[in-house]
Amino acid sequence: MSSVARIQYPEPVELPDRVHPERSRVVVGVFGHLGICLRMRSVICMALLALSGSAVAQVDLVGEWRSIRHEDQIERGPGPEIGDFTGLPLNEAGRRRGLSWSASLLTVPEHQCSPHPANYAAMHGNLRIWKQVDPQSLDTVAWHLLHESYNRFRVVYMDGRPRPGDDERHTWQGFSTGRWVGNALEITTTDMKESRIRRNGVEHSDEAVLVEFLTRHGDVLTLISILEDPHRLEEPYIHTRNFILDTNQTMRPYPCRGTVEIDRPRGQVPHFLPGENTFAEEFRINHGIPREAALGGAATTLPEYRERLRELLNSGESR
Amino acid sequence: MTASIVGRRIPRIRGTDRIRGTKRIRETNRIRGMLACFAMLGLSTAMGQSLRTTHVEGPVWLISGARGNVVVSAGDNGILLVDSGSAEYSAELIQAIENISGGTIRYVVNTRLHPDRVGGNGAIRAAGDTFTGGNATQIGGVDVGAAVIGHENLLLRMVIDADFDVGLQPTETFFAPRFDLYFNNEPVEVIYQPNAIDDTNAIVHFRRSDVIAAGDVFRLDSWPYIDLENGGSIEGVLDALNDLLDMAIADTLSEGGTLIVPGHGRICDESDVLRYRDMVTIVHDRIRAWMDRGMSLAEIKQAEPAFEYDSRYGRGRDDWTTDMFVEAVYLSLGSSRQ
Repeated sequence: MSSVARIQYPEPVELPDRVHPERSRVVVGVFGHLGICLRMRSVICMALLALSGSAVAQVDLVGEWRSIRHEDQIERGPGPEIGDFTGLPLNEAGRRRGLSWSASLLTVPEHQCSPHPANYAAMHGNLRIWKQVDPQSLDTVAWHLLHESYNRFRVVYMDGRPRPGDDERHTWQGFSTGRWVGNALEITTTDMKESRIRRNGVEHSDEAVLVEFLTRHGDVLTLISILEDPHRLEEPYIHTRNFILDTNQTMRPYPCRGTVEIDRPRGQVPHFLPGENTFAEEFRINHGIPREAALGGAATTLPEYRERLRELLNSGESR
Repeated sequence: MTASIVGRRIPRIRGTDRIRGTKRIRETNRIRGMLACFAMLGLSTAMGQSLRTTHVEGPVWLISGARGNVVVSAGDNGILLVDSGSAEYSAELIQAIENISGGTIRYVVNTRLHPDRVGGNGAIRAAGDTFTGGNATQIGGVDVGAAVIGHENLLLRMVIDADFDVGLQPTETFFAPRFDLYFNNEPVEVIYQPNAIDDTNAIVHFRRSDVIAAGDVFRLDSWPYIDLENGGSIEGVLDALNDLLDMAIADTLSEGGTLIVPGHGRICDESDVLRYRDMVTIVHDRIRAWMDRGMSLAEIKQAEPAFEYDSRYGRGRDDWTTDMFVEAVYLSLGSSRQ
């Protein structure tokens, strides 16, 4: 039993049957509750509102959704190269954390079965979505998501329950609540464990907050995710992923049991000393990418960075 | 050693013979200590309710907010506490315990020499009543209260340090690596962690519930404290963290299973301890490597060996900053090489 205080949420958004000027203001207010970057949220909100002109306020997300492998192929398939932080709005702490990471860490028994967290689970593998309804009212009280990779079950509560107290355990998938914003299901996730942003040592802290939007366009499901972390990111990390409806899809179980693969001294943790990661340079050298661009940062995620990139390339920075 | 890290200097303990020399003093001062505790109890009654209670597993509960986590086992045998919180929260703590169960407080197990761990010992002891028999029951009017269990170094340190009133001292000590009892239908192990934060540390394992009260060797609000003057060491802290990992077994896909309650912060499982252990090890390894290359303490601080963790674990505490932690690790490693 917990005596935590109930979190005060904004009043539920009243969904109009078509887009009008007031609607934009209301939705921005919802984002503001989480302190998401104004510039980013405005862009996404406008995009969502443009998609939500239907008279129907909600869409049915239920189905078997197949991962599109040619999108983010590296992430969805083999995984990124060491030192590839391109497109990530990392701050210096996040960058240094990634550069000290050694892939040998994955051989440590306790690390071997660490699954993908909520912000990464959709990146890798197929997705199943079903809903749970109240037997009396038939209201949807929860959405359930099963990510095939590591068999990650997520529950998105729609019943307005409070978030866990400060003393409750964090989980890989965190605690998620949902609400409809037009035709998009907005999912807010807190209480995640410290875990990966990218599978090469880039990690978010246990204080990261994830906001996602799930929306459907016929047989295509689009997931927009916005990850905010005060400790490892300069700006919210925004990413979209798409899935295709596949009614023949099946899910495979993912059993995992850690075991000793390498005989090490007790307590040894594989990592590189600062500035001594012998693999960190391979990515940028092999692909001819300037170091500054390879190491990410908020500026490198913007279209105007292309001009800076040209300057760096012309000056021979990629060598 | 700078005062900012270690606080007041207390002589190192060489043996256990001091126990006999100080026992009589403890007995004669007990009444004075109890009075002080009751005075504190009255003070805290006026304070508002600020403690939070969370169920952990089986009979085990967490009460937070008393300047440190207090773990409670509540069941048929009564109440066992792991630590007693800071003294000013004693009345609230007793009330929070009563809200969980009306059982009698039988034991308090202390995990560390610190006012936030032992500060409530006197008031809690006075509010409880341990199991007694034999001669004790034949002395009229004797109320022994709850038993306070701790490693013998805890008692010795408290005897030496005038800041700790005699009424706060353990009534039952152990010097073996392990002390155990069976309480509320489960084995409870008190496992000594030598030379970790200091030389008084213990962790407590509730074996049927599979919950470990880790004390301050594992805390989510800061770096582990290393009290070098009281026998602490970075190697001991890492040993304790690795012991926690050895004891913990995660459920499916590294989640749940054995639950670990840190000294400060939320309920955790193995993966949380793992990340913390990794972090402390990485910082330790960097400092050790740079010392091997002949870098001075100033140069190592300049190189910021804990940079990427500073905003998460070094914030908000003037009494234990990242800089202090780095210095403590440096000095600990230096002393271990001498």
